[in-house]
Amino acid sequence: MKQHWWKILCVLLLFYTVIGGMLMPVPALDILHETIRNIYFHVSMWMAMMVLFIVSLVNAIRYLAHPTVRRYDLVSNEAANVGLLFGTLGLVTGSIWAKNTWGEYWSNDPKELCALVGWLIYVAYVVLRNSIPDWDRRAKVSAVYNIFAFVLLVPFLIVIPRLTDSLHPGNGGNPGFNVYDTDNDIRKVLYTAWGGWTLLGVWMLQLRIRIRQLELKQLLHE
Amino acid sequence: MNRSLKIFLASFLLVVTGLVSGYAQETGPQMDDLMHRNGKIYVVVAVLVVIFIGIVLFLVGMERRVSKLEKQNNATMVNP
Repeated sequence: MKQHWWKILCVLLLFYTVIGGMLMPVPALDILHETIRNIYFHVSMWMAMMVLFIVSLVNAIRYLAHPTVRRYDLVSNEAANVGLLFGTLGLVTGSIWAKNTWGEYWSNDPKELCALVGWLIYVAYVVLRNSIPDWDRRAKVSAVYNIFAFVLLVPFLIVIPRLTDSLHPGNGGNPGFNVYDTDNDIRKVLYTAWGGWTLLGVWMLQLRIRIRQLELKQLLHE
Repeated sequence: MNRSLKIFLASFLLVVTGLVSGYAQETGPQMDDLMHRNGKIYVVVAVLVVIFIGIVLFLVGMERRVSKLEKQNNATMVNP
């Protein structure tokens, strides 16, 4: 029970996000209207993805520093997998929101293209990993690639969209989430949404790690 | 059992507080949208809550199955 407290917190935060996100007041904005509530879900996907990719990066570096500890490679791999799921959801939800705000599911906007490239970099991680049969080499190559992937992801998601004009808020020279983030009504749900979805991602990650460890143990005992 | 009971109690509390804050909002200035005016946003909230309860139950069930396997695994490790 004691080690499960954060899972209960995750469920509570997400119940608050789902209910409060739909019913609590939001600022009246042009075009967006009630779709501004998507900010609690769409943006949270990217936040959870970033946290998971950072977990993946840290464990890749730890693996390279201690190549005998298999667990680091396992955690790094699964964090990238779960992070990729959240990135996929972020892209799809963004596309749906774009259709109703910018008029098209995909407008080849700089932010959209950069997010797609970042997503593809991590898809390539999965492909690269599965293409190397030898265990040690697979772990080492994917750990090194993981570092490059994250180093590329940051400019693609955070730097380049800010240097250009984009339909997406928070870009074209404006810092952060500008007007939306500073709105107090949105803040009441936004931060719990980030926390809740990120914890959900960590919970999914923990389950996958535990299943992988069980599989490994079984392999060793056969 | 204890854990899921707590989760359910807490979620019901949240549903109630969420609904109360939703009704309180209607006294303030209104946004020019259909969903809040005719109150049908609650349908969406109900659907979302049901989906989320389903996901949580699934995760809790998976959690139990994995813990059970881990316990069995540790038992066999001690007495091979």
